[in-house]
Amino acid sequence: MPLLLFIEQLLNGLQFGVMLFLMAAGLTLVFGVMGLINLAHGSLYMIGAFAAAATAAATGSFLLALMASLAVAAIAGVIVEMTVMRRLYDRDHLDQVLATFALILIFSEGTRWLFGSFPLYLDTPAWLKGSTQLPFGITYPKYRLAIILVGLAVAAGLFLMIARTRIGIQIRAGENDREMVGALGVNIARLYTLVFALGAALAGFAGALIGAIQSVQVGMGEPVLILAFVVIVIGGIGSIKGAFIGAILVGLTDTLGRSLLPLFFGVFMDTSSATTIGSSLASMSIYILMAAVLIFRPRGLFGAA
Amino acid sequence: MIRETTLNAALLVLLLAVPLAALILDELFIITLATRAVIFAIAGIGLNLALGFGGLVSLGHAAFFGIGGYAMGILAYHAQTYTPLIEWHFVIDGTKSMPVIWLTATIASAIAALGIGALSLRTSGVYFIMITLAFGQMFYFFTISWPAYGGEDGLSIYVRNGFAGFNTMDPITFFAICYAMLLAVLWLVARLVRSSFGLALGAARQNEDRIQAVGQRPFTLYLAAFTISGAITGLAGALFADLNRFVSPTMFSWQTSGEIMVFVILGGVGRVYGPVAGAAMFILLEHVLGGLSEFWHIYLGAILLGIVLFARGGLIGLLAGREVADD
Amino acid sequence: MTDAVLATKGITKSFGALTASKDISLDLRAGEIHALIGPNGAGKSTLIKQITGSLRPNSGNVIFGGTNVTTLSAAARARLGMGRTFQISALAMDYTVLQNVVLGALGQRGGVFRLFNRVMKDQELLTIADQALEQVGLSDVRNTRTSELSHGRRRQLEVAVALTLKPRAFLMDEPMAGLGTEGTAQMVALLDRLRVQAPILLIEHDMDAVFALADRISVLVYGQIIATGTAAEIRANPQVREAYLGEEALT
Repeated sequence: MPLLLFIEQLLNGLQFGVMLFLMAAGLTLVFGVMGLINLAHGSLYMIGAFAAAATAAATGSFLLALMASLAVAAIAGVIVEMTVMRRLYDRDHLDQVLATFALILIFSEGTRWLFGSFPLYLDTPAWLKGSTQLPFGITYPKYRLAIILVGLAVAAGLFLMIARTRIGIQIRAGENDREMVGALGVNIARLYTLVFALGAALAGFAGALIGAIQSVQVGMGEPVLILAFVVIVIGGIGSIKGAFIGAILVGLTDTLGRSLLPLFFGVFMDTSSATTIGSSLASMSIYILMAAVLIFRPRGLFGAA
Repeated sequence: MIRETTLNAALLVLLLAVPLAALILDELFIITLATRAVIFAIAGIGLNLALGFGGLVSLGHAAFFGIGGYAMGILAYHAQTYTPLIEWHFVIDGTKSMPVIWLTATIASAIAALGIGALSLRTSGVYFIMITLAFGQMFYFFTISWPAYGGEDGLSIYVRNGFAGFNTMDPITFFAICYAMLLAVLWLVARLVRSSFGLALGAARQNEDRIQAVGQRPFTLYLAAFTISGAITGLAGALFADLNRFVSPTMFSWQTSGEIMVFVILGGVGRVYGPVAGAAMFILLEHVLGGLSEFWHIYLGAILLGIVLFARGGLIGLLAGREVADD
Repeated sequence: MTDAVLATKGITKSFGALTASKDISLDLRAGEIHALIGPNGAGKSTLIKQITGSLRPNSGNVIFGGTNVTTLSAAARARLGMGRTFQISALAMDYTVLQNVVLGALGQRGGVFRLFNRVMKDQELLTIADQALEQVGLSDVRNTRTSELSHGRRRQLEVAVALTLKPRAFLMDEPMAGLGTEGTAQMVALLDRLRVQAPILLIEHDMDAVFALADRISVLVYGQIIATGTAAEIRANPQVREAYLGEEALT
């Protein structure tokens, strides 16, 4: 494989990883702080994408669409947290899984009812169309590059927020000892709603960004949700750093696996079998990565021992 | 105690009476619905062994359901195309015989469950949920990208497989076969729950320190339960594939895992007959709500949410009036 | 020490900068009750975990019945006859009292992976189970659900389950915790009879019970054993008085 193509795949992997991080960050925060496993996180991703597509169709502005995705997903998050999630914090994981599975059914069918079964399309704005020239003669699509930069910026912002701000301190305290946060006089209910809304907004934002590359449709959230699960299992539940490293690892493994494995098998078999075996193995590669990490570190790379 | 036993018996009688009545009224569609309920019940009984009796919240049982389905699909595909399954130093042909298919499905899904369990049980709690979900998804994507057996489109089998000279294409005959399998599986699980293994497994679920203090490793108990659980769900997968005469990657999808879990929960976790009630109720809801609205999943979601938040004993729990079944 | 049933040889365990166990050597001899006392935070639970097998020492060995069990799991140690009771009752709460003791008898006999027997109709197990219940005085509640038992009776049930293991040694973590005067008296009488069956390593806060029962007492302070001796010797030891009994007098 020519080096330039390899670098392009590397960037694609990075872009995918950065998106996965936006999903995984919310999941891992919600689990770390509230001890809640939220299957409906993928629905918030979908809601963000639909909000963006509807706004873009109505106003023609991509930036407005992005803001709408953040706002609508956050509002949906607040509503869900206040009506359902807060009844689940003290329940066992089984109840949480079932209740959030029920929410997926409600959200998916509700969206289908509102928007129909046909996919919507969210167009990238004119100023992000086409490719741009990077150093060393690499050309890369502007929009994907923008996703990488925006994703990295959000990640940096999230790290800063958790390290430096008041709410960040409360979140970290909440991860260590829930009762202590209460004793410190923090309004727990408000903190939980805020954390949930933050995670929801990030998921919705990711949905909108990806919606412009793929189509916006019902059921788009769950595959990403499951990948985000793989990410936080690899990174260690509750760890933002783990989520970031895990997301990049998964993004790179998946993307590079899809492009490199067929080529690799092509060295010693004919092209069509190589493509078949290579792409089948590539579809399993991240799960194999997860299994490997589990064998050596059952609590993930950065999970608490 | 008496009430729950009566309820269980009533449930089995009802499940038999409905298709028989449908036969008299010539409502063949109802027989198919009842067959679906019976097969889903078997899948749920499998999951319930891990989930209800072992406390292992597996969101990846679609893997075993799908493996069972594809065991049927692949064997029958080779039989109907007259191509050998394996042609190496020896030849293995496909088959259209149900018992052989059942055995293959059960063994294949048991082996998969042993492997997935051995890896996933290194962790617990929420990690376990996510990992089982991820492994299920792995099979899903593998079947989609592996073109030999239809890939995304799945495999169609033209004639239902055979069983001891019966006409299996006759709906009521196929129902009877599935119903007999349900009774066999119910008997098996009822025995398991009352055995030494069942006692130890339940103790491990309730308190891991306790089971270690009496000299048993929880891991081994869980792994055995998970393997048997996967095998039973795999058998259900083979029956389901035979009912539809079709297998596709959908059987492996995470929604399938979620639905199997719903059968268990609707009926009541940790009750041997719970999944039977749950699967029957699911089919009933699907039929009634599905007739009311195209978007019936919204109502299903709302009902499920209500049960989780307010009625934790499930259907049998509501009717028998107790939250947890005594053994 | 040839007659030591259970012994730790120079066990050391650190968590980062904190050394929770410093070179602890301790033995339990046939027929005795050996009490381990120490103020809160002295490292008693860390030591118990290393003896029972849920924590592995950084260095040193645990010898049980002549076997080096340092690397064995908690379950393997239990099978060798280490009968333990927990500080916080660890019972199968949804099970009946009888099911809990049958579980113990089953763990000892083996055959846990029998899939089709009727375990609650197994006469061999039921006999062992009923004997154990009889011995701790729980026969009257044999069919009661464990979650409905009073706290004191749960503690007795823990002892009964340990008994079904035919233990070569008991390891009891605060069996009197939370018992009233009457409950403590019953438990003291029970342990007093049990020591003939197998020696008891007793971790206990109730000093009256300790001094009434123990043949020997070891005092653990800041992860170290500062003294081992008879009740009289321990009472007279100035180091112990300063480190431990002084604090006891304060509280």
